[in-house]
Amino acid sequence: MSVVLLGKKIGMTKVFDDKGEMIPVSVIEINTGTVLAKKTKKTDGYEALQIGFGKIKVNKVNKPMSGYFAKIGLEPKRYIKESRTDAKTLEQYNVGDQLNASFFTKGEYVDVSAKSKGKGFAGVIKRWNFHGGRKTHGSMFHRSPGAIGAAADPARVFKGTKLPGRMGGIRSTVQNIIVVDVREQENVILVRGSIPGFNSAVVQVRKAIKKQ
Amino acid sequence: MSVISKIEQENMKKKVPEFNVGDTVKVYTKIVEGERERIQVFTGTVIARKGKDANEMFTVRRVVYGEGVERVFYVHSPRVENVEVTRRGKVRRAKLYYLKNKVGKSARVKEKKR
Repeated sequence: MSVVLLGKKIGMTKVFDDKGEMIPVSVIEINTGTVLAKKTKKTDGYEALQIGFGKIKVNKVNKPMSGYFAKIGLEPKRYIKESRTDAKTLEQYNVGDQLNASFFTKGEYVDVSAKSKGKGFAGVIKRWNFHGGRKTHGSMFHRSPGAIGAAADPARVFKGTKLPGRMGGIRSTVQNIIVVDVREQENVILVRGSIPGFNSAVVQVRKAIKKQ
Repeated sequence: MSVISKIEQENMKKKVPEFNVGDTVKVYTKIVEGERERIQVFTGTVIARKGKDANEMFTVRRVVYGEGVERVFYVHSPRVENVEVTRRGKVRRAKLYYLKNKVGKSARVKEKKR
């Protein structure tokens, strides 16, 4: 369980490391987060850090939310995200604290989640990596799924059978990617390799849960 | 300026050696062998330059013992120490891929006369 920050996928480029090796990187602009509330076991039944991200016009905030922000005395935020933490990490933060790119350090591992690019209604070759048949020599089996089960005995198609359908556009996560660089000036981090989502998509970045 | 172009700019060399397609060049590349670092020279004809800005690459071709060898380098790679032009070539194409099909005398590039 770790603190999740929101960011914006800017795009991809490449950098050279100190050995001269080329590294493909994804650029994520961290949306500076503000700690809005600390939820404790005593008052809420669980421990979590409530963080708000992004600007929002005052007239776009609905009444209940503007009341909430007025109560804690902070500017309204566009996104509110809760991160489950333990009591120890909770102590390190105060309401109003800012979290930005410097939350991450160079060389550490992170997980990045986002909504993947929608591929529409995709066939089995694209969606499930089926091989398909040959195009020529009288082949009548090109890109279709082929057999999807036995006949009379089950008399139905089993659930979970790989068939054509909607692909992409769902939340997906890349785990354990290394932070190549942290640029505090631009509030940007560079992570190795690709991350889900289109450019300018909202992504969630957290310290890698499997590397703690 | 966008963040990406800023990052790319920082990864580019300030001064890039000047050479063109058709030139015979010596490419000085840094090679790391365990702890030691040494410089290896690859000599040949530049047969292509492609990409732009931080993505620019060039291909150098030479024939070693009758076998064609081509290496692709990043112009802005820190491993490419220097590119020294030994002979300016006179060419009428941007890509000299036709050299791949030529052997011996016909696989030469004319020298540029000033």
